[in-house]
Amino acid sequence: MDGPLSVVLKFPHALEMVAAVAIGLGFGFVLERAGFGRADNLAAIFYGRDFRVMRVMFSAIVTAMIGLYMLDLFGILAVSSIGVIDTYLLPQILGGLLLGGGFIVGGYCPGTSLVGAASGKSDAMLFLAGLVGGSAIFTFGYDSFAPLQNATAMGRLLINEYLHVSSGIVVFGVALFAVACFWLVSKIEWRVNRSLV
Amino acid sequence: MLLASFVLTGRGLGASGAFKLVEAQAIHAVNPTWAEENGNIGSFFRPGHLALDEWIVFLASGVFLGGLVSAFAARRIRHETIRGPRIRIENRWVLAVIGGIMSGFAAQLARGCTSGQALTGGAQLALGSWAFMFSVFGGAYALAWFVRREWI
Repeated sequence: MDGPLSVVLKFPHALEMVAAVAIGLGFGFVLERAGFGRADNLAAIFYGRDFRVMRVMFSAIVTAMIGLYMLDLFGILAVSSIGVIDTYLLPQILGGLLLGGGFIVGGYCPGTSLVGAASGKSDAMLFLAGLVGGSAIFTFGYDSFAPLQNATAMGRLLINEYLHVSSGIVVFGVALFAVACFWLVSKIEWRVNRSLV
Repeated sequence: MLLASFVLTGRGLGASGAFKLVEAQAIHAVNPTWAEENGNIGSFFRPGHLALDEWIVFLASGVFLGGLVSAFAARRIRHETIRGPRIRIENRWVLAVIGGIMSGFAAQLARGCTSGQALTGGAQLALGSWAFMFSVFGGAYALAWFVRREWI
């Protein structure tokens, strides 16, 4: 296969948009089912009480990662044919810190707030309004923020390329890291919840 | 789901991009010239093309619908405000807006949010996305102690 289905089969725009809604539907459904439409479930991870967020997130990443690199290995879908996110190290670190702050202060991240709003949560709807506002602040001050946003541009850079090792080693390492995290957070949960009783 | 998205379209998931487009469209409605000349959002407005007619907006609508379907099926749709036992509802609302503003700004700076950067880029093994993910956890844990009354 010479690329993603939409490219190989030359999807018309309308069909691509239908696929977008369908994929979004699945994503939203899974998020809601996992309890991510409630800010208290999401915030619990940052007080060591419930690491569900991390488990679901890492499981999703590891599953997709293994699937993606398997497809690549068998020559079905080359990793080089999909849109990999470019690395801009500094703005990604600063943006990440700020987004994490917004997460614990507001109780959601952009995707989960959509699900929270869909199930009727006022706080999620206010968070959504804040998102649009925060986004607008960036746009209004774009001339000042652009240098920072474009700082430390490293282009398309995968971890294995950065480390000069084969992708298999990193895939294995990440999977191992996830398992180690799962084990560690179970310990933390057990201790924290025991101390609360 | 994430894998299906890669295979089908070669694109990952993302939510914050849709908010950027909504925000851009709102600014455009007020002042089209300014929006079209802005370096950040100007490229969204091309003749004969609707700015919101984008993959990411349809994806976000799908996420909303998916959440709605799941919550409806499980009878979890309730109009309420989620907060800890020690915070007044008005304060929770104010913090929700502040958190949203922080995240909206941050997602633009980092070119994506939890789903776009951490999930999608994480699975692709993009270096910057992993730096982003650890920073998100770092930022949240750093502030968690200060807002503990909001949640516990």
